[in-house]
Amino acid sequence: MPDLLKTPLHAWHVAQGARLVDFAGFHLPVQYRSIVEEHQAVRSGVGLFDISHMGRLTFSGPDAPALLQHLFTNDIPTMKPGQVRYGLLCNEEGGILDDVLVYRLEPHFWLMVVNASNREKIVGWVYRHLSGRDVKFADRTFDWCMIALQGPQALAATRLMDPTCGELRYYFAKIGHPNPDDAEPQIVSRTGYTGEDGFEIIAANRWAEVMVGFLCHPATTARLGTPVVPCGLGARDTLRLEAAMPLYGHELSESIDPLQAGLGWAVKLDKGPFVGREALLRRKDDPKLPVRVGLEMAGKRPAREGCPILLQGQAVGTVCSGTFAPTLQKAIAMAYVARHAAAPGTRLEIDVRGKTEPATVVKLPFYTRPK
Amino acid sequence: MYPTDLRYARTHEWARKEGDLVVVGITKYAVDLLTDLVYLDLPEVGEHTFAGSSFGEVESVKAVSDLYAPVAGEVVEVNQAVVQDPTVIASDPYGKGWLIKIRPEAGAAFDELLTAEQYEQQIASEAH
Repeated sequence: MPDLLKTPLHAWHVAQGARLVDFAGFHLPVQYRSIVEEHQAVRSGVGLFDISHMGRLTFSGPDAPALLQHLFTNDIPTMKPGQVRYGLLCNEEGGILDDVLVYRLEPHFWLMVVNASNREKIVGWVYRHLSGRDVKFADRTFDWCMIALQGPQALAATRLMDPTCGELRYYFAKIGHPNPDDAEPQIVSRTGYTGEDGFEIIAANRWAEVMVGFLCHPATTARLGTPVVPCGLGARDTLRLEAAMPLYGHELSESIDPLQAGLGWAVKLDKGPFVGREALLRRKDDPKLPVRVGLEMAGKRPAREGCPILLQGQAVGTVCSGTFAPTLQKAIAMAYVARHAAAPGTRLEIDVRGKTEPATVVKLPFYTRPK
Repeated sequence: MYPTDLRYARTHEWARKEGDLVVVGITKYAVDLLTDLVYLDLPEVGEHTFAGSSFGEVESVKAVSDLYAPVAGEVVEVNQAVVQDPTVIASDPYGKGWLIKIRPEAGAAFDELLTAEQYEQQIASEAH
């Protein structure tokens, strides 16, 4: 494959026998063996993901909080050092440019993790809003790798590398500098994209193979009593879908706003001005805008992106993601539908390549981990 | 590696003569590519198949793929066991995992299908 970007783990994926695909310009594993087995490993043990393709952007300097507050829909000044927040970057029309995590790593050092498919767009967007502000901005995507450990055994696995990671609360992070002469950080956060407990680790590229080599070593498997299972994009998609987490390019786009996407909890309209706020105030109660819902299919056949949705023969929406959910053993989908068709319990029909399949609107998420 | 008593389509279906019928399934290679089969859409008995045209769909967790008929004819039997549990195809693609039986039309070009050796060559070239 010509011109595809590679993560520091590319050779390792190939050596594991992974099937690699083009994802957002990166050559990444879609599966190592079976998507379902990888999915189950995350629900019952621990899975390992290479997420180095995600964009890692850093902000420091006295005006960094003001810049982030201007671009991000969630609130910045109330973030404690170590805290991580989910939110959106919107354009002036309220359309979603990206959904991101912002980390306040140190009092004056911030990290934003963006989608690989949007990294260049967001870097450009940040530069457009940088002038006149005293902010040091850097794209560290190709300097640092990023892996995720997800599942009920993720804590035990991460602990073998970082004995105090269990002290991190959900959506908190810490930054360490392994070598005082070394500017490269190690960042551990209790975050993820699977609906399970888990950690995401950022480190200099040269640590990538060291970490996965350790995690997948037979001695580590013996210590944990369970293998750390490498997982590809296929399982990442089925896991995030069960947890009803949106994926940019499917549930989110520049023609969708965060409120109709059901992400109003990450939009602080009363925090003061930010890009897109005026448009969002106008769109907030617009009854014409479709909203994101979850659908459970009556049969086992999954609806896929683009399938039209009908209510008593009338077109009311479109599927944006669908799959067979391995944990739930049901076909599920997320979709945008007209508000009169969006109440849980509403019975809809989905046109799956010419065949009508019944489906019911259900509350999201489809899956919540047992506490 | 591929049974020599079967014939193959470029689209990864196999066909076997059974009396005056042709039994159709999908190859181990197709199963490995698809992995995690979840749903199968097969025709009704009595429907017609056209050589090289879609007669159904197989869905994996990841994606949906068409099934193409190796020969033209009439569907005379459908394997309900695999419709109930598509994972049977993965465990026994050439036996219990068969999909449909076709009564071929006069002049159906069974012998034009690939031999096991030709099919293996095609897969080898696809892998590059």
